[in-house]
Amino acid sequence: MRRGISVAAVVGVLALTATACGGDGGGGGSDGSKAAKDPGSVSGTVTWWDTSDATNEAPAFKKLVKDFEAKYPKIKVDYVNVPFDQAQQKFKTAASTGKGAPDVLRSDVGWTPGFAQLGYLKDLTGTPALDKTDDFLEGPLKNAAYEGKTYGVPQVTDTLGLLYNKDLFKKAGVDKPPATWQEVKDAAKKVKEKAGADGIGLSPDSYYSLPFLYGEKSDMVDAAAKKITISDAASRKGIETAVDLVKSGAAPKPAGTDGYNALKTDFKNGKLAMLIDGPWATKELFGGEAFKNKDNLGIAAVPAGSTGVAGAPVGGHNLVVYAGSGNFDASYLFTRFMTDAEHQTEISKSIGLLPTRKSAYTPEVLADPVRKSFHEALATAHPRPPIPQGGDLFTVWLQHYTRILTLKEEPQAGLDATAKEWKSALLKDYAVQE
Amino acid sequence: MVLPVVVVLAVLVGYPLGRGIYLSLTDANEANVGRTIGVNHIPSTYEFVGLDNYWKVLSGQEGHFYGRLGWTVVWTAACVFLHYAIGLGLALLLNRRMRFRALYRVLLILPWAVPAFVATFSWRLMFNEKYGVLNAMLEKLGVGAVDWLGDSTLQKMSAVAVNVWLGVPFMMVAILGGLQSIPAELHEAAEMDGASPWQRFRHVTLPGLRPVSGTVILLGTIWTFNMFQVIYLLIGQGASSESEILVTYSYRLAFQGIRDYAGSATYGILILSLLLVFAVFYRRLLARQEEAR
Repeated sequence: MRRGISVAAVVGVLALTATACGGDGGGGGSDGSKAAKDPGSVSGTVTWWDTSDATNEAPAFKKLVKDFEAKYPKIKVDYVNVPFDQAQQKFKTAASTGKGAPDVLRSDVGWTPGFAQLGYLKDLTGTPALDKTDDFLEGPLKNAAYEGKTYGVPQVTDTLGLLYNKDLFKKAGVDKPPATWQEVKDAAKKVKEKAGADGIGLSPDSYYSLPFLYGEKSDMVDAAAKKITISDAASRKGIETAVDLVKSGAAPKPAGTDGYNALKTDFKNGKLAMLIDGPWATKELFGGEAFKNKDNLGIAAVPAGSTGVAGAPVGGHNLVVYAGSGNFDASYLFTRFMTDAEHQTEISKSIGLLPTRKSAYTPEVLADPVRKSFHEALATAHPRPPIPQGGDLFTVWLQHYTRILTLKEEPQAGLDATAKEWKSALLKDYAVQE
Repeated sequence: MVLPVVVVLAVLVGYPLGRGIYLSLTDANEANVGRTIGVNHIPSTYEFVGLDNYWKVLSGQEGHFYGRLGWTVVWTAACVFLHYAIGLGLALLLNRRMRFRALYRVLLILPWAVPAFVATFSWRLMFNEKYGVLNAMLEKLGVGAVDWLGDSTLQKMSAVAVNVWLGVPFMMVAILGGLQSIPAELHEAAEMDGASPWQRFRHVTLPGLRPVSGTVILLGTIWTFNMFQVIYLLIGQGASSESEILVTYSYRLAFQGIRDYAGSATYGILILSLLLVFAVFYRRLLARQEEAR
């Protein structure tokens, strides 16, 4: 209470709803021919919202920006670092009012179709921004498309893998990383008995539920058939596999709040033998007691479900161009520069992110075991459904997945409730698959 | 001379409010409100739907209103009761003559001086199931760890605890001020007449506090009813929907997914109406008590 937001809050909500209706993006209708034919003559300012981690990643990108300015002296880049967890809302607010939106945004792959549907993004198909499309990995390129048009240029990609502590495995007598969830369970039991550590960490975040769904050849939705598939028998089987890992003690019961961070802490301190996570986590893990010797971290593909198929989601980021940008030519040049193979290689070598271009996987990039393992995992990774609601599905599912995994809700009830909420709020024209 | 006031009110209050009421009568959302963004032009396709939004919410079709209203009322009642009771107790303690009285007053005002979001984040750390200080203490005592922010009942209790911590100082200061405005002669006279301490409290202190109490309880109710930060930051932005109060839900409608301007405005207007009705009845009740004396 105090210094209240009482009536002011009500009025504030109303005022916000009111202000979101204006909108007059300036912007020239250039087709980018100037950037294609005579890049040297393009001038102006490009504002870039970078959502990378401000301490670990941003310096490398800032250096690239400097290189860009050196190459195109007539273009000035206005670099702004926007925290990842605020960027989606911030961009939507700025884009819908036409005030203060950047020319180029680093957009999560899950946000891209949604922004495209709302008309905030410039279609980049055939523009100089999207250069040599054959060179892009298939998954990331699919994730940048919406209804047959390409709205983003893949900048980095990632997927999930099974990270494990080799020392603990050795102590427990587990000689190879488990390839199915059943093997995970067996390995966890041995680790508990002989090495005195917990088995596998399952994050209660809904994104981490995807390998369980993909392992049963299911998914959250079937976008082509317009069906919600999260509550069907195959999905349920996948989620029950996850619950079984918790119930059987193979996985410690995750905390309902900040559960993911607690698992990471345990894993890097050697109290947990396995963790499902992505390449972004490795930098932090190497700071921990257990991985001072980097070789101790093993990386394998996520385990397979009962179908024998293993699948992890494709994540990552695209660079997208705001439809109301006043300077498309410069934005295209900037986007292309930041995503070409040479600079992706550079970024990968300096901060370990996975490139989206095939030709950027040079022997040097692949010499690093972390990047090599995740690059291999990418081969079987699964693009997410290219629907505008993609990002929001996770928000609803998160509430139930957390409750299911902390054993506060039965899987069936949680899955049914999720399907129902999706249908009523996000996917009104979808059928619910029983 | 009244014109400037009218203009300011119209711009700051009237327009947004009117716009909100209008939006709540449409099906406007982020996707169907017309706009031109650079090269993309999206025509307006939202429609006037009359009282449809209100009907959906109030008839329970929309599905989340009554559950949240119930919890919002419980939350408000519990918080305001504890605020007032603890604030009154502390004020009575601090109103006596004692050494270091000024120091105690400063210390007790501290929670109020900490910005609500900082306090909430600190509490969130303390409540952490694995690494929080509360569970560390419980473990020392031999009691197992408690999932403070995971279980829905505990979650609600934790939120009430944090909000009480934040809100008590204000009540304490307000009531202390009220206590000091009661003329000392009244107490002396009552003592002379042989009234026991309890009788003096009931018949002198409480009636003397009535004007202050009436106002702070009304304010506290409105503030707590719309206490956004504690719920949103402590329990988080999605981990559980049962502990959401009406304002945080309205925020969710406005800012999550495809922004639902109409739905959010509907909730906003409903919250406003509920508080208006409450305030009117509450003032009337106070006035009647005043007359009865």
